[in-house]
Amino acid sequence: MDYATLLQVLDSTVRLATPLLLACLAGLFSERAGIFDIGLEGKMLMAAMLSAAVAYVSGSVWLGLLAGVGASMLLAALHGLASITFRGNQLISGVAINFLAAGLSVLIAQDWFSQGGRTPSLMAGARFEPITLPFADAMAGVPVIGPVYQQLISGHTLPVYLAFLCVPLTWWVLYRTRFGLRLRAVGENPAAVDTAGISVVGLRYAAVMICGLLCGIAGAYLATALQAGFIKDMTAGRGYIALAALIFAKWRPWYALGACLLFGFLQAIALRFQSIDLGGITIPVQVMDALPYILTVVILAGFVGRAIPPRAGGEPYVKER
Amino acid sequence: MTITQKLLGAAAALALSAGAALADPALIFDLGGKFDKSFNEAAFNGAKRWAEETGGSFNEIELSSEAQREQALRRFAEAGFNPVITMGFAMADPLSAVAPDYPDTKFAAIDVTWLDLPNVRQVGFAEHEGSYLVGMLAAMASKSNTIGFIGGMDIPLIRHFGCGYAQGAKAVNPDITIIANMTGTTPAAWNDPVKGSELTQAQISQGADVIYAAAGGTGVGVLQSAADAGILSIGVDSNQNHLHPGKVLTSMLKRVDVAVYDAMKAGTDMETGVFIMGLADDGVGYALDDNNASLISAEMKAAVDSARASIIAGDLKVASYYENDSCPALNF
Repeated sequence: MDYATLLQVLDSTVRLATPLLLACLAGLFSERAGIFDIGLEGKMLMAAMLSAAVAYVSGSVWLGLLAGVGASMLLAALHGLASITFRGNQLISGVAINFLAAGLSVLIAQDWFSQGGRTPSLMAGARFEPITLPFADAMAGVPVIGPVYQQLISGHTLPVYLAFLCVPLTWWVLYRTRFGLRLRAVGENPAAVDTAGISVVGLRYAAVMICGLLCGIAGAYLATALQAGFIKDMTAGRGYIALAALIFAKWRPWYALGACLLFGFLQAIALRFQSIDLGGITIPVQVMDALPYILTVVILAGFVGRAIPPRAGGEPYVKER
Repeated sequence: MTITQKLLGAAAALALSAGAALADPALIFDLGGKFDKSFNEAAFNGAKRWAEETGGSFNEIELSSEAQREQALRRFAEAGFNPVITMGFAMADPLSAVAPDYPDTKFAAIDVTWLDLPNVRQVGFAEHEGSYLVGMLAAMASKSNTIGFIGGMDIPLIRHFGCGYAQGAKAVNPDITIIANMTGTTPAAWNDPVKGSELTQAQISQGADVIYAAAGGTGVGVLQSAADAGILSIGVDSNQNHLHPGKVLTSMLKRVDVAVYDAMKAGTDMETGVFIMGLADDGVGYALDDNNASLISAEMKAAVDSARASIIAGDLKVASYYENDSCPALNF
């Protein structure tokens, strides 16, 4: 693999890792507060559909993004209502949201545009355009670093930079603010938080809504930046890979960045090289596709350090019996 | 017996006879969905044309999971629909299970050619011949001497497409490089435009400047990325030239609409057996319309049309991937 190819694969990695990273951080907020969220996939799908539809109708990608985030937060609120207020099973609520989004997104798109559950192709202006960072072309001549800056760092769409900025931001919010401390506490021992006179329900809702916001950006990125429109089931399991990445990252923001980049890199390698020849042994492309899940199982089984979920995760908080 | 009972009995008899007289055709779309702008949409267009011309009506279902295949087939046969038309190779197994149970119902299976059932009309297409023609066009349009192929799910049928394409391209330019990729190995590969886009960009970075997508809904992403990057793409099954006017070189037409139309028109008198629609009976071909007229020069058209004539005449033989599960012009 020469240098130029490596750069292209890494460039592809960044594009593929972005939706994973946004969804993974979304899951991180929710699960750190003790609300498991299987519904990342559904929220992304719904956001993808509405962002594409509104961007097409209004001609503005910003209104599209807003609509996508709105739709995702609505589903997040539904998840919150079912699992926080009504103390339902969080896994079941999440699965229900996935089913709801898979059907509803196609239904709305079909009713709206009559194109078989897809949205019409977006024109320029209704999509996120690549951003060329300053000096990108001037730097191109510099050996080694120049191409990295020009091809790898510059030239992505806005949500990509947003996703990468979210990593330090998430770290700062979780570990350096009072809100973050309380959020983590509510996922470990909600009773203690409650004793201190802080609303468990309020904190958990806040976490779930942040989760909806980030999933909304991820969905809008799929439909209005990577693609030019919505197609049914276009998230294609990325929400589940993000969940796997979250476990792989042991519910930590910087690890999440690493896990998502690794999973994105595996996908990029699989797409670029298909079957890989390693001196006589051929690794079929399916192995690369399955690797994120295999790695997650390995982590869960405790071979490479234990992955311990937030202690109160999955359990609704009951104040008094 | 009271009058009510008599009336009810009469009504029931009437309903029964109405059910028996009902011999509307039914159409079962494959997992890609009715409006995939490709394979299934072509079938729908054929059915629509039949309905408009004859004033008849047909029933239809879009499958959403593997488990529904046999169920939908049995439901339609049970309800008296005749003929029942199925789309896609994956209906072969459900058909072998259901068709023998309904000997009076006729079935038409598109993309299935290997079953031994007396009441099934099996329609296959010579996709390799149509792909051969678009492969020639791709090689003539390419300036970088590198062209690409992106398949959907990795199945022999899709390799069959790619194989014809590679042979056509090599016939024009023996030194041409052909990059072939498959999107995946599960049915999800038909609906993953994001992956289609990434594959397109990977092929572009390897020098490809014409890319042929035989990938259902995933192809929408391929055509989009190709148009964004300013290179040419080739659509499949339906005429996809209009999706990005001036940027889609051509489309490999697979006249599924004709096959469905013919089956519906014949109705219950439909002939059964195995039928292969090739270039000779316009079952496959390449699309030329206002959207791509400027991309296809007179020489390109002449070269392709002469190849078409010699394939029909039998002077030129395009090797089929099915013959020995390998392709002389391309390694997958």
